Amino acid sequence: MRFWLLLALVWLPLTAQATIDAYEFSSEENEQRFHELTNVLRCPKCQNQNISDSDAPLAADLRREVYRMLEEGEANDGIIDFMVTRYGEFVLYRPKVNATTWLLWYGPFVLLAIGLIVVVLISRNRRRQQTAAPASGAEVNSAESSGRYQASAELSADESARLNKLLQQDSDQ
Amino acid sequence: MQSRKLLAFIPLLIFIGLGVFLWVGLSLDPRELPSRLAEERRPVPAFELPSLTELDKMLTPDDLKGEVALLNVWATWCPTCKEEHGFLNRLQREEGVTIYGINYKDEPAKAQEWLRRYYNPYQKVVLDIDGSLGLDMGVYGAPETYVLDKTGAVRYRHVGAVDAEVWKTLKQVMQQVEQEGAQ
Repeated sequence: MRFWLLLALVWLPLTAQATIDAYEFSSEENEQRFHELTNVLRCPKCQNQNISDSDAPLAADLRREVYRMLEEGEANDGIIDFMVTRYGEFVLYRPKVNATTWLLWYGPFVLLAIGLIVVVLISRNRRRQQTAAPASGAEVNSAESSGRYQASAELSADESARLNKLLQQDSDQ
Repeated sequence: MQSRKLLAFIPLLIFIGLGVFLWVGLSLDPRELPSRLAEERRPVPAFELPSLTELDKMLTPDDLKGEVALLNVWATWCPTCKEEHGFLNRLQREEGVTIYGINYKDEPAKAQEWLRRYYNPYQKVVLDIDGSLGLDMGVYGAPETYVLDKTGAVRYRHVGAVDAEVWKTLKQVMQQVEQEGAQ
């Protein structure tokens, strides 16, 4: 019993793979291209999977088409065009660079450039302030470090009277 | 100094811009794919397939020309198709809409039985057993319904069941296409 359970455990993961079709390729290069293409083409039915990964019948159809065209000697571009004319740019996991995808491709770099410019501007500003008024900068620092004492010294007459009252109250009890 | 104050508002503007962008994104349906056929008003792709109602007769895109019509992709394995079938019947009988059908990846015997049992709203039904016509049209989920103009070109695609709400849109598109043809 135990043996069979173990055997089942060993076997189960083997069956839980991506879909496998029994395609006979005429050359190893074709097989290689088949895997490349089915990995970059997206399944229109189950949208977060490529067609090599998907179990949907539609994905199986599309794999069959890719295989057929490969064996007919079609170039990769031709196969991708075939898919795009039917299902639109949507099927490309690597969208082509054009007016609508420009933002997608270059947007991150534009944001990065903006970020860099902001960082440079801010740091330059700081340096200018520091060099313009080094003395006042030092003053601020010393004020910060002795903030506690300074605060007590800055109490107004009213406040110190109130403080004294409170302290007295405490000692009375 | 004035320009520095204005600069302070830039993050707010960026935030509002992003907010609008994402808000619009929320109302879009990511499952809905644009149809190249409809966008470019291309004719139904070439095919030569048997008719479901007369198996020895072959149909071609020419058989779908002549009238502004609906082209409905359906199958007996598709529950939503059954849901919309009654509505298609009503469209054909009460509104006099010309409806063509594509029986997509189905068994002919089952499909014929279905039409006998639930009434046949289709003027012609193309039998697409291996789904090749569906593939050429970019069908990714039955049911799908296309609007064809008089020359047999695709003008609109709807994915999912046709109901009263969807029919409002389809009707509008059909009327528009009809008017264009009259000019």
